[in-house]
Amino acid sequence: MTLLITVFAAVVCTSIWYKTAPKSEMMVGVLCFIYWGASLMWLVDAVFEYAELKAEYFTPAPGDMLNDTFLGLCAVALGLVAWVVILLIKDPKGIVKNALLRKKK
Amino acid sequence: MACFLVPAAEAIVATVAVKVLEKKEEAPVRSGLGLAQEHDLSQKTPFSRKLKWLRNLLWGGCLLLAFEHLWHGEIVPWFPFLTAASDPAETASMLHEMATVGVAMAVSVTAVWLVMLAVSTLIEKRAQKAGPEETERSAAV
Repeated sequence: MTLLITVFAAVVCTSIWYKTAPKSEMMVGVLCFIYWGASLMWLVDAVFEYAELKAEYFTPAPGDMLNDTFLGLCAVALGLVAWVVILLIKDPKGIVKNALLRKKK
Repeated sequence: MACFLVPAAEAIVATVAVKVLEKKEEAPVRSGLGLAQEHDLSQKTPFSRKLKWLRNLLWGGCLLLAFEHLWHGEIVPWFPFLTAASDPAETASMLHEMATVGVAMAVSVTAVWLVMLAVSTLIEKRAQKAGPEETERSAAV
């Protein structure tokens, strides 16, 4: 479920990036890389787990599935937080810089 | 257990490589280029930017995977930070996981990046080929 949720997040972000390209004021590309990177790594993890568990991999216990879903949602939230932090630090539109300068004046 | 440490190590190497490449690519711009070289540079994406794709993929993946390990109690905020490191038997299985899953993660991310690199190079080459033809066509009209 974690992999599935992250893949959905990556696809949604990539669609948004494609729609807003070539503008990159919101740095959606960063978010795409975060989610695609994690999706790839979790995919490899899933392949190894599948090799170990075989068909059992596709029939997880409801408790485990719920935990994985919750983890996936939290991972997506963490990705969003990381993106917002990067956006505010890089500040491509100069909004933070302007706000700080205005206050100083 | 600690599989994300392998891509994290690769991410550190990629970050350093990006910094070095950026400095190298800035140098000829400062020293001044010929018109032909400037035109060539405007068509191509600098390699440092392409390497940033790999860096971002690796760091992004490592961030979320580190969070997953924290979630499962495999990482702790005190020494030795990895729960598996406190027990020799678990340390051995952790190292085995790093050597198998961790390396596979790093290789798969790098492989995807190489595909991205190949596709972008192909697109750039096509654009460069189409460029003079389009110029000729417009001149004929």
